[in-house]
Amino acid sequence: MIRPLVLLLGIPIASMMQGPSGDEILMRVDRNMFTDRKISESRMIIHGQRDTRTVGSKSWQRGTSESYTEFLAPARDKGTKMLKLKDMLWEYSPSTDRTIMISGHMLRQSVMGSDLSYEDMMEDPHLPDIYSATIASGEVIDGRECWVLDLKAKKEDIAYDHRRAWVDKERYLVLRENLYARSGKLLKTADVREVMHVHDHWLAKIVVYRDVLKEGDGTEFHIDNVTMDADIPDYLFSKAALRR
Amino acid sequence: MISFLLKGLLRDRSRSLFPLLTVFLGVLLTVVLHSWLNGSVASLILSTAHFNTGHVRVLTRAYAREANQVPNDLALLGIDTLIAELRHDYPDLLWTPRIKFGGLLDVPDEKGETRAQIPVSGLGIDLFSGATPEPRILDLRDAIVRGRPPLRRGEMVIGEEGAQKLHLEPGDTATLISSTMNGSMSITNFVIVGTVRFGIVAMDRGTVIADLADVQQALDMENGAGEILGFSRDDLYHEERTDIIAAGFNACHRIPGADTLSRGSSFSPVMGTLRTESGLSDYLEYVGLFSGIIIGIFVLAMSVVLWNAGLTGSLRRYGEIGIRLAVGEDRRHIYLALLVESLMIGLAGSLLGTALGLAVAWYGQVKGLDLGAIMKGATLMMPTLIRAQITPFTCVIGFIPGMLATFLGTAISGIGIFRRQTAQLFKELE
Repeated sequence: MIRPLVLLLGIPIASMMQGPSGDEILMRVDRNMFTDRKISESRMIIHGQRDTRTVGSKSWQRGTSESYTEFLAPARDKGTKMLKLKDMLWEYSPSTDRTIMISGHMLRQSVMGSDLSYEDMMEDPHLPDIYSATIASGEVIDGRECWVLDLKAKKEDIAYDHRRAWVDKERYLVLRENLYARSGKLLKTADVREVMHVHDHWLAKIVVYRDVLKEGDGTEFHIDNVTMDADIPDYLFSKAALRR
Repeated sequence: MISFLLKGLLRDRSRSLFPLLTVFLGVLLTVVLHSWLNGSVASLILSTAHFNTGHVRVLTRAYAREANQVPNDLALLGIDTLIAELRHDYPDLLWTPRIKFGGLLDVPDEKGETRAQIPVSGLGIDLFSGATPEPRILDLRDAIVRGRPPLRRGEMVIGEEGAQKLHLEPGDTATLISSTMNGSMSITNFVIVGTVRFGIVAMDRGTVIADLADVQQALDMENGAGEILGFSRDDLYHEERTDIIAAGFNACHRIPGADTLSRGSSFSPVMGTLRTESGLSDYLEYVGLFSGIIIGIFVLAMSVVLWNAGLTGSLRRYGEIGIRLAVGEDRRHIYLALLVESLMIGLAGSLLGTALGLAVAWYGQVKGLDLGAIMKGATLMMPTLIRAQITPFTCVIGFIPGMLATFLGTAISGIGIFRRQTAQLFKELE
C-alpha cells in the first residue's frame, strides 16, 4: 500500500527535480523577450569583405506581426522605410518615391547588405508557435550556465528547419544560436556579446550575426536604446506612413 | 602531252563527264559548308566579344572565379587608374568598363503600385564619355526598334520582347530593383527611351542597357566596374596577340600567393582572353576538328566514287589500254597519263565547284539564314541570323578534296594496268 503511494507521489517530484522541458524553456524565453509594444534604436555594423559600414535605424513594433522601421544612416539609405504587416513586407525608397512589396525570392535578399535577410525579419518572433524544443545538453557560455536546446520546425515553410539554441538558465535569454537548413547545412549563427536588463526583461544588447554562406566577418547588431510598452500611433502601421 | 590528253577528255565525254560532275558536287558542298561553319563561328566569336567578354577582359581574381554569377560585390574598384594604365600599356586595344547586373524591372501604375514586373539582365556601359567605343561596338543605333538610344543620364533602353511583355512605350518610367555591391536592395527609376533588338535571343528577351555612371550610382559602385573589356581596333580576334597581352598583364599584376583564396589577393586584377573567358575554347577546337572531319569525309566518299568511276572507265577503256600496251607504251607512262587526266578533271571540277560554291556562300553572306524560330529558348550569345563567311581559305579549300579524291580514285583503279600480262594481250584483243 505504501509502496504504490510513494511511487505515485514520486513521479511529479522526480519530474520537478528534472527541471523544465525544452518547450517550457522556450515559452519562458519567449516571455522574457517579448513585449507588446517596443520602440528601439539600433545600429548594424556590417563587416563586409572590403569594408565596414554602419547602418542606423529606428523601429516601432506592435505585437508580433506589425513593425515599422526607418533607416537613419548612412546618407544613401536615409529615409528608406520598411513596413511589416502580418505576412506582408514593403520597402519604401525616398529617391524613387516607390513602395515595393518584398516577396518571393526577394525575401532571401540581405537587409542593407547585412547578414540578416528580409526572411529573418518576417519570421514569427514567437518561437514556441513554430518550433518544438528538446534539451540536448548543458554548457557554460561566458560563465553563464546554459541549456542547449534543439528546436525543430513544426511547419514545412519555415526559413530554418531546425536550430540549436544556448539558453541562459537564469535569465532565459538565448546567448548563442545556430540556424540550419532542412539538409542539415549550417546557414547562420548568432552570438550575444552583451546583454541589458530593461523593465524586468533580459535582452541582447549586442548580437553578432553571421551568414556562413557569405564572405565577410558578420554583422554586429547593437541596440542603443529600447523603450518597452511604448505608445505607438496606429497610423505608423499603414502603407500611407511610408511616404510621410 | 597535256594538250593531247585534254583533247581526249573533251572529245570523249564519257571519260570525263561523270568524274567531273562528282568532283564539282563534292567541291561545291565543301565550299558551302566551310563558309557556313566559318560564318557561324565568326558570328559566335563576334557576338561573344561584343556582348560578353571583349577580346580580352580584366576583372578581379575573386570575380573571375564566379564570373557567371556576376558577383558585383567582388568588382574592380578604382577603375579610372586601371583604365589609364591599360590605355598607356596597351594602346593597340580599345578599353572600356562595363557592369553586368541582374534585377527586376518594375513598372508602376498611376498610383505607384506595381503594374508589371519582369526579371532583367542589365548592362552598364560607357555611353557618354568622348573616347567611348561602346556605341560602335554594340551598334546601338542600328539595334533600336522604337525610340532612341540614351542621350542623357537617367535613361535606359530595353529589349523589344521585354518591352512588349511590360507594355512599355518610349518615355515611360520604370523602376530597376537590384542589389548594390554591398548587398543592399537598390531601387532606381529610369526613363525608358527606346527598345532594342540585337538579334540574339538571350539579349532580346530581357536586357536593359544604361549609362555606366547611372548603374554605378544605382549599385553603389563609385569608380567601380565588374569588368574592363579590351577590343582590337580592327574588331578581329587575334588569338596569339591577345594571349601575349594577357600573359604580360598577369605577370605584372601577379601577387605572391594569389592562387590561394587570401582576401588581399582576391581583389587584384587578372586578365583573360576571349577564348579562356567565354568558355568557347573547347567549342572552337571542336569546330576546327569538325571542319577537318567534314573535308576528310568528302575526300573519302569522293575517292570511293571516283575509284569506282575509274574502274568502270578502265573496263570501258580496256581495249584502248591493251592496244597502247601492245604497241609498246610503258605501263608507267599509261598510269602517269591517267593520273594527269584525273588531275585535269579534278582541277576543272574544283574550279567549277568552287565558283558555284562561292556564289552560294556569297548569297548566304549577304542574306543570311534566320534561325530565330528554332532558337526561342536559347541562352547562347549566338545571333539568330547566321551568315556564311568567305575567307581566302574558302577559295582554296575545295581544291583539297577535288584534286585529292580524283588523284586517289585514279591511282587505286589504275593499278590494274600493272597486272595485265603482255603475253595475253593479243588473245584478249582477238
